Amino acid sequence: MYKHDVLIIGGGLAGLRAAVEVTRAGGDVAVISKVHPVRSHSNAAQGGINAPLTDRGDDWEGHAYDTIKGSDFLADQDAVEVMSVEAGDAVLELERMGVIFSRGDDGKLGTRRFGGQKIARTFFVGAITGSAILHVLFEQALKLGLNVYEEWFVTKLIIEDGRCRGVVAIDLKTGEIHTIKAKAVIMAAGGAGRVFEPSTNALICTGDGLALAYQAGAPLMDMEMIQYHPTTLARTGILMSEAARGEGAHLLNADGERFMEKTAPDYMELASRDVVSRAEQTEIDEGRGIDGNVLLDLRHLGRDFIEQRLGYLQEVSVEFLGIDMAEQPVPVQPGMHYIMGGIKTDIDGATNVPGLYAAGECANVSVHGANRLGANSLLDTVVFGRRSAVHAIEYIKSVDDHSASEEELASEQVRLQALLDRPKGERVATLRNDMARGMTRGIGVFRDQSSMEGALENLENVKSRMSGFSIENKGKIFNTDLMFGLELEFMVDCAEAVVAGALTRKESRGAHFRTDITERDDDNWLKHTLVYKDETQEHGTRVETSDVKITQWQPVKRVY
Amino acid sequence: MQANLKVKRFDPADEGGKTWWQEYKVDVHPDSTVLDSLIQIREQDDGTLALRCACRASICGSCGMKVNGDAKLVCKTRVVDIAPNGEQLVIEPMGNQHVIRDLVVSLDTFFSQIQRVDPFLQPDHVPEQGEYIASNDSMENLLTSMNCIMCGCCVSDCTVLEVDANFIGPAALAKAWRFTEDPRDSKRDERLKVLNDEAGGIWDCTRCLKCVEVCPKGVAPMDRIMELRESAIEAGNTNTPGYHHTESFYNSVKKNGRLDETRLAMDSAGWTNIPRLLDLVPIGIAAMRKGKLPPLIPHKSEDHKKVKDLYDNVEGESS
Repeated sequence: MYKHDVLIIGGGLAGLRAAVEVTRAGGDVAVISKVHPVRSHSNAAQGGINAPLTDRGDDWEGHAYDTIKGSDFLADQDAVEVMSVEAGDAVLELERMGVIFSRGDDGKLGTRRFGGQKIARTFFVGAITGSAILHVLFEQALKLGLNVYEEWFVTKLIIEDGRCRGVVAIDLKTGEIHTIKAKAVIMAAGGAGRVFEPSTNALICTGDGLALAYQAGAPLMDMEMIQYHPTTLARTGILMSEAARGEGAHLLNADGERFMEKTAPDYMELASRDVVSRAEQTEIDEGRGIDGNVLLDLRHLGRDFIEQRLGYLQEVSVEFLGIDMAEQPVPVQPGMHYIMGGIKTDIDGATNVPGLYAAGECANVSVHGANRLGANSLLDTVVFGRRSAVHAIEYIKSVDDHSASEEELASEQVRLQALLDRPKGERVATLRNDMARGMTRGIGVFRDQSSMEGALENLENVKSRMSGFSIENKGKIFNTDLMFGLELEFMVDCAEAVVAGALTRKESRGAHFRTDITERDDDNWLKHTLVYKDETQEHGTRVETSDVKITQWQPVKRVY
Repeated sequence: MQANLKVKRFDPADEGGKTWWQEYKVDVHPDSTVLDSLIQIREQDDGTLALRCACRASICGSCGMKVNGDAKLVCKTRVVDIAPNGEQLVIEPMGNQHVIRDLVVSLDTFFSQIQRVDPFLQPDHVPEQGEYIASNDSMENLLTSMNCIMCGCCVSDCTVLEVDANFIGPAALAKAWRFTEDPRDSKRDERLKVLNDEAGGIWDCTRCLKCVEVCPKGVAPMDRIMELRESAIEAGNTNTPGYHHTESFYNSVKKNGRLDETRLAMDSAGWTNIPRLLDLVPIGIAAMRKGKLPPLIPHKSEDHKKVKDLYDNVEGESS
């Protein structure tokens, strides 16, 4: 029998940061993750982590405003204020744990500039910032003797009497299904990039956490806000960090023009990501691209600088495309990268389900609104990972037992066995590709009513085939085939919410750019979309809206 | 192009486990990696094939496995680079680690080695505000080891671990180096002493270079281990066969212009370490029978003065 005060789903930055906090408070905590913590996708964050440090002449209001402007005024300003105020301590704490941030001549942490911000306030470790932080948080987990259920896959949240009381999960190494009881659960399971194809995201980013919470009755908020990163490597779709542009790289079209001049004369290549991606897509669509790409040019930075500050980018460019960035520009294109939307939480990470918290990419607090600034995602994970832990610890004081029945376990066993027993049908990968390509076609950098309806139609087709896929591997030990089937079910739920959100929002804002309604409409749409799972409704969704919280910054036209 | 793979399979469900080789042929894009090929097999051909993979961009460390006998991250290994004419690629799980299923090995070996080096910063004080002050060079130096993604390739192919499961291993020692070199850490001397004294510590590396060769991230674990040895000696840890070996090697070449192998063996064992010296006797007898016993009194090389000059030159430069 497994039970803990707090169970954290996910071993990336948000999950580990939360776990450290609960451990420090003396709580009984465990992390459960379908991969070993150091395999988590936090690794892939390259460029840095933002923090306005006052002793460096910065102020939290500056960071907050850049974030809000970047969000196209869809972020909740109270949440952004919390993040900006806590950012400095959060980043410095990481340094004190052992992160080897790059430094200036004075021995203090150095910065680089990132998109959508006029001030250099991004702290970094080469182009491996996420990996460097993740490994240090894992070191802390080892130091604290953190209990980790590694390579366990959560199939269901246990909700009884309206409260979250634990999970049902498969131990992949044995194939056994167990109940893990908990007084509170923190969802920190990462994003849903694989709902799209292609995507910069790891193959593990299948929206499990979003779907588990969505199935448990939590609304998914602003799911139409999908970030397309401006620089993903041609053909492979591998991320090329914004740090390249932060350090001075140019974007060129086929004619060798720095085309950002046309749309963002002030910020140029360092405008918000949605702005840059649209500018690139326009170049490509209007015939000024090169085989569907534009060029990222670093040559003027010099070989030494490139290798020292952007070593990982050079490694990827050489190894995957055979291009030496010091000699040749690299072909890049916009690629699906991040989902601003997620499980709706308050500023303490609480969802509408008592006992269920969420933090990191699977959550939507909301600090990113309609477009996330580069280097704000890592910040989001550590700030709200910590806060969700603090409040989960408070919450469990009011929960005096570990009462959860074994009913869910029994029904999950039956469900999974039925899945394994299905007669030979379609392959999981076929359905996944059909879904994900349809999502990219319909909910892309540019979208309109007809493309989004196309995505819906495609998704309905995929849904109608979901009862027909089969699992080839019938074994118990390390049956990833079964896991891929369950992940597909999670991804379809996420896709459903993305499409529902997108079709609801009748305006263009941030990443949601409709070519049929090109203007932002603050009178009617300064609102969040909230998608609830509701099988009684057409398409299985019910959509509500709620007002955006404005504290001190009234929406203005966004100009870069 | 066609990728032609021969994969070592293992199904643990059968009694005692069943191992077999399975061949696959898949059509892939010319730029495809070995991982792309394996994923294509798994998704379109054989859903029972088990492997770990996640990021596809050589940063998560999931997809270490042996390709044609050497451990590699298959996400950064292009088919065209190692099999340009469709040659067969032999894919096996990593070595020195227990196989769970097919290409999936247990992570326990790797992480229990990591745990042995107290892999976390141990400062003597924590700044109340702000950060530790440290030079950028001292931090960038650590990047060598922080580039480690814990993929296990070095552990897989370590020739010491093959015969001595108690060796701390290349990855864990590179991790240990990351703390001994970190100016914020206060336990440098203690760490070095443990790494020096412990069975399976820094002196057990045989300098075969295999970990340097297979590390996909340039961590060069063996180089880190050699730096740990130097630091351990500098910190006064001179009580090990490893140190005596180094010292004897240095002295004998300096004096004679060549290696005095007899003395090297005795010095390394330690002249007062009777059991260890006795261990050498059968080796000596066996060597004598084959006519391989080195001379008991060393010959000086004709050019030994030139060798001595080389020593003086090098040491003059470094001092």
